[in-house]
Amino acid sequence: MGRYIARRLLYMIAVLLVVSIITFGLMHAVPGGPFDKEKPLPEEILANLNAKYNLDAPLWKQYILYMYDVTIPQFSTQEPTSALADDALLIFNVGSVWVRWMNFGPSYASRSRTVNDIFRDQLPVSFQLGVMALLVGLLIGMPLGVLAGLKQNTIFDYFGMGIAIIGVSVPVIVAGPLLIWIFGVALKWLPPTGWGAKPPYLLGFLPETGLTWEFFKYAIMPSVALGTGTSAVIARLTRASLLQTTREDYIRTARSKGLSERVVIGRHALKNSLIPVVTILGPLFAALVTGTFVTELVFGIPGMGKYFVTSITNRDYPVIMGTILLYAIFLVVANLVVDLTYAFLDPRIRFD
Amino acid sequence: MTVSDGQGELKFGAGGKPITAKGESLWADAMRRLLRNKAAVVGGSIVILLFLAAIFAPVVAIKSFEEQVLKDQNTVPEWIISVFPSIEPYARINNDYPFGADYVGRDLFSRIVYGARISLSVALIGPIISMIIGVIYGSISGFFGGRVDNVMMRIVDILYAFPSLLFIILLMAFFRSTLTVIEEGTFAWYMAELDEALGGMFFIFVGIGLTAWQTMARLTRGQVLSVREKEFIEAAHTIGASNIRIMFKHILPNIMGPLIVAETLAIPGYISTEAFLSFIGLGVNPPTPSWGTLISDGSGVIRTYPSQAIFPALALAITMFAFNFLGDGLRDALDPRLRGTQ
Repeated sequence: MGRYIARRLLYMIAVLLVVSIITFGLMHAVPGGPFDKEKPLPEEILANLNAKYNLDAPLWKQYILYMYDVTIPQFSTQEPTSALADDALLIFNVGSVWVRWMNFGPSYASRSRTVNDIFRDQLPVSFQLGVMALLVGLLIGMPLGVLAGLKQNTIFDYFGMGIAIIGVSVPVIVAGPLLIWIFGVALKWLPPTGWGAKPPYLLGFLPETGLTWEFFKYAIMPSVALGTGTSAVIARLTRASLLQTTREDYIRTARSKGLSERVVIGRHALKNSLIPVVTILGPLFAALVTGTFVTELVFGIPGMGKYFVTSITNRDYPVIMGTILLYAIFLVVANLVVDLTYAFLDPRIRFD
Repeated sequence: MTVSDGQGELKFGAGGKPITAKGESLWADAMRRLLRNKAAVVGGSIVILLFLAAIFAPVVAIKSFEEQVLKDQNTVPEWIISVFPSIEPYARINNDYPFGADYVGRDLFSRIVYGARISLSVALIGPIISMIIGVIYGSISGFFGGRVDNVMMRIVDILYAFPSLLFIILLMAFFRSTLTVIEEGTFAWYMAELDEALGGMFFIFVGIGLTAWQTMARLTRGQVLSVREKEFIEAAHTIGASNIRIMFKHILPNIMGPLIVAETLAIPGYISTEAFLSFIGLGVNPPTPSWGTLISDGSGVIRTYPSQAIFPALALAITMFAFNFLGDGLRDALDPRLRGTQ
């Protein structure tokens, strides 16, 4: 098990390196720089700016400097000041030693905020939306799937799978405007745009006001719009997995022992049929967190989505690079966690 | 779907079980099952209707999709007011436009009909590109196995770690800006010209192709691996058939079923990717109407003129429904044992 995890971690590092190189190359291949304005800056100023951000160095050097800032932790005995140069995404102290780790650098478009600041303020919003959407997906998808699977080829089955097809056929850019119009404009039940949580966040990512109506009234529509597609995937998978499980020998054994149907389904079939569902949660959650970009644009939510799209048009290299890297890290970690849960849930799986 | 000839001897379904009882070909058999599935027939008919509407767009939509009649901006016909009573205080009535006119006075109905051309081209070309790349890649990987397979699949794994939506946004930004400043006569210049001629669709195809083939490659590899150990492949080897002949004549026809099903089920994803790209302004070039652009334009005025966003949104949803129903039906028809598993 330990060896397996070590191998996976090494592999993850390799993957992230490749992702960073491709992104860096592609980003710099786009012509134009971050300081190209409609009214061109004087040459000396441009040269100074480029020198300040190391943009005059050869590409490989820029890449190495960037990766150094992101990956290598910095130690100091003094508490970091609030100066931009001292910023990092993670700042904490162990005894008297201060550790600064993952410095994603300055944002070229903003003088006063670093990329770390953007992540600290905007990522929690995307994360909250992603979690809410996953909850919506699970709350709708699992019951539908279980119902359809237990009552195969009945009206429940057709109803459940019909809902699932509706779910996958309505993308956020369709569901968004429809929901906004129905509940936000026509019925006026919910605010059509915006988000209920502002920085600073509880523990770095939870809304400070707590999970109150103030938070939910903004979150309901976007998370439903984003989560219905997921609920369809979960419903189909739960149904298929349950159908397969109920045909297993140990279920027949359980029945022949004379156990009640409730115990057979509840204790034996459901638990085992959830394994494939759990394995897909990682990729699904990762897809949801990147999928929040669309939802944020539709509902005017101040998450990472808007920053990423504008950073590309502004050639704000550190924001582009940081966002893609952070999401890639998220993706590979989610997949690793899922594989480990898999082994935990199914004792037949061993990693040797 | 075509019923191909010369495959009468084909006796194996996707899982290697004999399917044909009366010497009927696999495809004829699948077609019969498909036609019995009501949802799939409805979906298929909608798809055909959409294609007809897109091809004959100039006949279906008489008004121009780009002519701006400023005095008619944001006008709606009477029937829309009875459906959306909240418009009444703002709207000016003009029954010339079946779905109303947009914020610069263009006929919304024409724009939706012409918009179908974009979505359906993506539905047609997206699968072709990802099939070509994915099937070639996956079959090489699966057929040769061993070290080749290992390296090729690791590459696919790495590409999987890319947040694909972010990646496609970056790619589109790259295409849209780089290739406009290059000198005449180079390969990149011809690509940019082609894109210009297609109203910006070419790079959408490339972007979708580059991000969508990995799934196809994995699926193909898995299928090739399961088929290549079968006796009839061994038999082909013994009579001295070349690798290429075995690949195209014996393996590919046997794994086509699952590949077609996977691609049909992926089409709604391609359609929504294009719509999303156009929604954020990285898709087709204006004034080419795409449903994504229309929804984006309409969302801006959703408080006053909801119909401008809702009609294109419904068009997009109906199209995706139709392809999903058709894909589901195809899957059930080609391999009945898989019903409802994906």
